[in-house]
Amino acid sequence: MLNQAEIDGFAEPPQDRSVATAPVVIGAEHLGLVFQTRDGIVEALKDVNIEIRKGDFVSFIGPSGCGKTTFLRSVAGLETPTSGQLTVNGMSPDEARRARAYGYVFQAAGLYPWRTLARNVRLPLEIMGYSRAEQKERVARVLDLVGLSEFAKKYPWQLSGGMQQRASIARALAFDAEILLMDEPFGALDEIVRDHLNEQLLALWARTGKTIGFVTHSIPEAVYLSTKIVVMSPRPGRITDVIESPLPPERPLDIRDTPEFLTVAHRVREGLRAGHAYED
Amino acid sequence: MMRSLVPVLTVVMVIIGVWYVAAAWMNATWTLQQAARAEQQLSPVEVLQDTMVQKRPRLPAPHQVAVELWETTVEKKVTSKRSLIYHGWITLSATLLGFAIGTGLGILLAVGIVYNRAMDMSVMPWAIASQTIPILAIAPMIIVVLNSIGLQGLVPKSIISAYLSFFPVVVGMVKGLRSPDPMQLDLLKTYSANGAQVFWQLRLPSSVPYLFTSLKVAIAASLVGAIVGELPTGAVAGLGARLLAGSYYGQTVQIWSALLAAAVLAAILVGIVALAERITLRRMGIAH
Amino acid sequence: MIWTLFALIFWAAAYWLNTKIAASPLAETRFGKFAVPMLFGITLLVVWEGLVRGLDVPGVILPPPSAIAVTFAQELDILRADFIQTFVKGALTGYLIGAMSAFAVAVAADRYEFLRLGLLPVGSFMAALPVIGTAPILVMWFGFDWHSKAAVVVVMVFFPILVNAVQGLRASEPMQRDLMATYAAGYWQTFWKLRLPAAMPFVFNGLKIATTLALIGAIVAEFFGSPIVGMGFRISTSIGQLELAMVWAEIVVAALAGSAFYGLIALAERSTTFWHPSQRR
Repeated sequence: MLNQAEIDGFAEPPQDRSVATAPVVIGAEHLGLVFQTRDGIVEALKDVNIEIRKGDFVSFIGPSGCGKTTFLRSVAGLETPTSGQLTVNGMSPDEARRARAYGYVFQAAGLYPWRTLARNVRLPLEIMGYSRAEQKERVARVLDLVGLSEFAKKYPWQLSGGMQQRASIARALAFDAEILLMDEPFGALDEIVRDHLNEQLLALWARTGKTIGFVTHSIPEAVYLSTKIVVMSPRPGRITDVIESPLPPERPLDIRDTPEFLTVAHRVREGLRAGHAYED
Repeated sequence: MMRSLVPVLTVVMVIIGVWYVAAAWMNATWTLQQAARAEQQLSPVEVLQDTMVQKRPRLPAPHQVAVELWETTVEKKVTSKRSLIYHGWITLSATLLGFAIGTGLGILLAVGIVYNRAMDMSVMPWAIASQTIPILAIAPMIIVVLNSIGLQGLVPKSIISAYLSFFPVVVGMVKGLRSPDPMQLDLLKTYSANGAQVFWQLRLPSSVPYLFTSLKVAIAASLVGAIVGELPTGAVAGLGARLLAGSYYGQTVQIWSALLAAAVLAAILVGIVALAERITLRRMGIAH
Repeated sequence: MIWTLFALIFWAAAYWLNTKIAASPLAETRFGKFAVPMLFGITLLVVWEGLVRGLDVPGVILPPPSAIAVTFAQELDILRADFIQTFVKGALTGYLIGAMSAFAVAVAADRYEFLRLGLLPVGSFMAALPVIGTAPILVMWFGFDWHSKAAVVVVMVFFPILVNAVQGLRASEPMQRDLMATYAAGYWQTFWKLRLPAAMPFVFNGLKIATTLALIGAIVAEFFGSPIVGMGFRISTSIGQLELAMVWAEIVVAALAGSAFYGLIALAERSTTFWHPSQRR
């Protein structure tokens, strides 16, 4: 695993990092999604406009029902918007899905209990037709990246929740996809484990340069991880605020006690309040 | 439920359709043999017509069975020996008696197993193992033995039915009585609840869903037990007897109508238990 | 008189011993868990022997276990021939054919939702019916020999296995299937890598239930007509001749066969579904 020295040692940000000239990877224009339920019509998304550029780390935060998961799933081609435009890498989300343009990490690790960790990470590689040699090499590489190399032959139910979630992330990194979509991946873990994984995720992002869409419930997590924070509110699901983070790209955990951090967190909280997140 | 209505009806229609085709195909051999014997030439349509109205077809057509069912139920007096309802009642009474005895004893044994460690360790493995033993095979013997000591008719058959419904109820009830999670039991401990209170307030209500699942299996098994129990007594009364008589005398339509009557009876019985389950669980607040 | 007394004393002693073991730390050991039911079973046999001898129960009503053991040893050849006819030719053949066809239909029902919506209610319905009633019809179609018995077994095991297999193929969670969608995996890829392994616990549940049904079906079907060999045949003719010891000997064979068959499937289940919570103690 990347040690503290390596994490601290990022002297300058790599190229194409959240600069305005980077190409738009995910673009939404007047995006809307309406569900028909037994209790009537639910507007999960209304008039969502957003541009996510290559190398961005974008967090989506808001209370339940604000549409953040629905938006992520729409980008993944798992839900179909009912109005507006949504492009991923210049294609429709479904085409992007079939071109395997992204890796998806769900709230639960969702590893197959009948496969060892290594074989679980191999799953997408088997489906996408990578050669045996390539599979072996990639599995070893990503397990090393998330620090689980010595557990490769263990079964998921023999490991802790945090380790299973790390394996799930490794699985999403195994194949070459420029985009990583994560739906509250650390939600089920306790705070200490969460802090640790946040650090590791940030280091991973620095190392791989992927574009990351991250859904979360936690304000400190959103502020700590992202270059851009999208605050959303429910009924109907819409964007209340988009915050370009002024924090530098290299961030030790202690940055959470700095006044700059608290200012951003305050702004997020104001956005949530404006969206009635704190009312019944 | 509505969504499955059309597919279910389609599947049933297809089954009936295939049944007709199969009947025509299987009965045609006999028709052609008879025609050859009488040195007659029959057109395909005539062959087809004949296959649908044979007295002893290899496969009765659906309408033949329907007619037989109608004639032996609605058109006969209920007390007549030829009435399917009469035979159905004979089988049903043994089924219900056996089911009641088996369920009652099963619940008692289950309570004993849950509350007595010695009983649990000695009986439970046998209860589980006995489900792999084909009990039904000794039904004839039990009937004969009981007949020779004077027990005839209803009682021996009910004993078989009781035995068949007993074990599913025991296994299911034990599972159910043990289903409350440790957290619930701890809560009652903090209230200093005594054994009887824990039983009536927690264990028994928790076991109700499991009990009903077992009851559905038990009543179907009871019916099978009653039917098989009728076989060795020289086929006098009951649906099993009708089945046997039909097979001895080559009366295929009678066999099929008895079989269908048994199927309808099974469906009704399981349906009643399922209805009781729905009502009870809804009243208990365990929504379905 | 002595026998009756002996039986009662043995029973009391065994009961006392079992209670003692159950209350002691031995109850948690493998020895304890084996010894108690074994002791219970042996007690049943001893009490049976004792009461039958002591109360002079006629052999045509209930023979003592010793008489059954003697008959068993003496008629081993007949028992073996019956076993092969009923179990190997009738039950096993029917079981294999029934299981394979049920599974094939289950896969089709999984692929085509219309089929599943129509088939599952009908299948559950058929699984509850007294299928044994089809025995006379199948004997009429397939003749007296083991083929009709295998046919009865096919009909008996088909629906329980079908219902369980269909349920099993639906057991994979929506999230798992979404994951497959993100990999743009095709139907068959998802089937082999996700749905099939996830279905195994359910499939084995059905297979275990079917082992009992297969044996029952094969034996009871012989009551409706059989050549002069077969367990069901032997049971019904022995009853007619009041040779009850032979009947019990056949039952012992059936019990052993049934338990062994079930045990085999349970063993296969343990190795295939080692990952399921119910298998990891």
